[in-house]
Amino acid sequence: MEKFEKLTGIAAPMPLVNIDTDMIIPKVFLKSIKRTGFGVNLFDEMRYNRDGTEIEDFVLNKPQYRNTEILIAGDNFGCGSSREHAPWAIKDFGIKCVVSTSFADIFFNNCFKNGILPIVLPQEQIDLLMADAEKGENARMTVDLEAQEITTSDGEVVKFDVDAFKKHCLLNGLDDIGLSLEKVASIDSFEEKAAQARPWV
Amino acid sequence: MSPKTLYDKIWDAHVVQEDEDGTSLLYIDRHLVHEVTSAQAFEGLRMNGRKVRAPEKTIAVPDHNVPTTEGREDPAQMTEESRIQVEALDTNAKEFGVHYYPVSDVRQGIVHIVGPENGWTLPGMTVVCGDSHTATHGAFGSLAHGIGTSEVEHVLATQTLIQKKSLNMKVEITGKLKPGVTAKDITLAVIGETGTGGGTGYVIEYCGEAIRDLSMEGRMTVCNMAIEGGARAGLIAPDETTFNYVKGRAHAPKGAQWEAALTWWKTLYTDEGAHFDKVVTLKGEDIQPVVTWGTSPEDVLPITGVVPHPEEFEGGKVEAARRAIEYMGLEAGQKLTDIEIDTVFIGSCTNGRIEDLRAVADVVKGKKIKDGIRAMVVPGSGLVRAQAEEEGLADIFKEAGFEWRLAGCSMCLAMNPDQLSEGERCASTSNRNFEGRQGYKGRTHLVSPAMAAAAALTGKLTDVRELM
Repeated sequence: MEKFEKLTGIAAPMPLVNIDTDMIIPKVFLKSIKRTGFGVNLFDEMRYNRDGTEIEDFVLNKPQYRNTEILIAGDNFGCGSSREHAPWAIKDFGIKCVVSTSFADIFFNNCFKNGILPIVLPQEQIDLLMADAEKGENARMTVDLEAQEITTSDGEVVKFDVDAFKKHCLLNGLDDIGLSLEKVASIDSFEEKAAQARPWV
Repeated sequence: MSPKTLYDKIWDAHVVQEDEDGTSLLYIDRHLVHEVTSAQAFEGLRMNGRKVRAPEKTIAVPDHNVPTTEGREDPAQMTEESRIQVEALDTNAKEFGVHYYPVSDVRQGIVHIVGPENGWTLPGMTVVCGDSHTATHGAFGSLAHGIGTSEVEHVLATQTLIQKKSLNMKVEITGKLKPGVTAKDITLAVIGETGTGGGTGYVIEYCGEAIRDLSMEGRMTVCNMAIEGGARAGLIAPDETTFNYVKGRAHAPKGAQWEAALTWWKTLYTDEGAHFDKVVTLKGEDIQPVVTWGTSPEDVLPITGVVPHPEEFEGGKVEAARRAIEYMGLEAGQKLTDIEIDTVFIGSCTNGRIEDLRAVADVVKGKKIKDGIRAMVVPGSGLVRAQAEEEGLADIFKEAGFEWRLAGCSMCLAMNPDQLSEGERCASTSNRNFEGRQGYKGRTHLVSPAMAAAAALTGKLTDVRELM
């Protein structure tokens, strides 16, 4: 997995609440058996007309937000399905960090598996970042994972929390499966004990 | 020993290893797999030279893409991409040696219906699947939740999942339900109360008399939509209803193992005095038949209500409600029973089981659906379909004017050809009313099977109690 250390980039505002996984990547695009190539269809139904032309006033279609790397989003971002195609599309578009007051659980976990940093902040701080993101291209924020800080274009610093293990994996680009396979002896012994206690499983 | 919740007990029984910060390796007893979220995971194994650690605990079935019309073995019925995805599952299931129900097997169906039906899902288990509606299996008192494809690969390779424990939430439904009110109305009413983010960070245990009174199938409907409330999982403590359902199923334990299992299962309940971090209580008798008016499952109102004004909400929900009302083509203040529909969809992992079909048949028996309405019944599995035919339900549906389909996810998420067209309005027994969920610009109203049946007869959202 690609490492996430420090990122300076354009932040886009998407204040709508309950942005769901069907909005992020509609199901017609879930038929690929690859993990890449979904970026062009990110937010497809909000971003394009039926004939494929762009909807001008959708935020990521505006000239100043075409190279967005940070998304400042409304509450409960990523609710709905477990489709990892949602973070794959976000990553493939070039967005590496999403900030919101809350995220749906499965989406939140999926982000970390793909080198995307989801950050949860209280409403007041989201309001501050949203206002900064409204400035368009001039709103280049910096997200520093090691220091757990977001710096706005005005130099204001917002601290954030992140799970220590997930931080460690992101900073080092670690593959979860490799880490867990190092614990194979524990899994073996658990399986043996479980087979005694619950043989019907 | 301090008192434990049901969730605490199942969690504790499955922790392989726990780090100081609470990050745990959790053992997975059952891994269900479908075609949409697994291809990349199997490919990952292949690329790294890894095997499926426990193929005997892994069950695969294609459901999302498969057509539900007769003659579906013909590949021409699927788009090229759908066919490739289903064929990839065929190949992966064979190559990695997992249990498999191909499209040609009568037991094929929606993964969350197939699991319980065949006795794969048992009390006290951990169950995962690359699908958010894995929450369904919580009805058995098993800890069941959806995972992403990277986690699917992790479970395939290690039979474990890296997890941190969630908080405990209790949702109690006291007393009795009124006639015409069903499990679907309970679960929607709860989401209406808590919001779609209300369960975030929690595992819900549903309890109370109204939950106890539900059949296993009703309990599955309730737990199925725990995810729509944001919870990681929903649970119901196993009891005689559960044991009676499980007993005799193909993969349920038999003989001495059944007795041993039963002894353990009977310890799976929340101890007196155990701590819940959040408690929500609804009175069963207050719950009415409900419908959704908007594009989030939290947009729930009793069928007797009216479309709300966006100003009735607060914060970001004002704009979301405005957008939803416009998307749905409604007007604030409009009576819900005045909303005319084009289509009725009966099926999905929420409401595609035999009791759901019986509930529909009860309403439509001997009647005809309204002229011009497109209505389909899509059974949740081939076994449900066969049973419905044996009980004469299929004839009732066909005589009433419903299409009688083969098993699959179908119009719940419209990955196969069953889709709404632009502006088409559907009374649906499925679980999500998101924008575009059932087809581009399609409009979804979530309802119970009985309410969907009533809507099919009148052509409008209808209070089923008036037809009883």
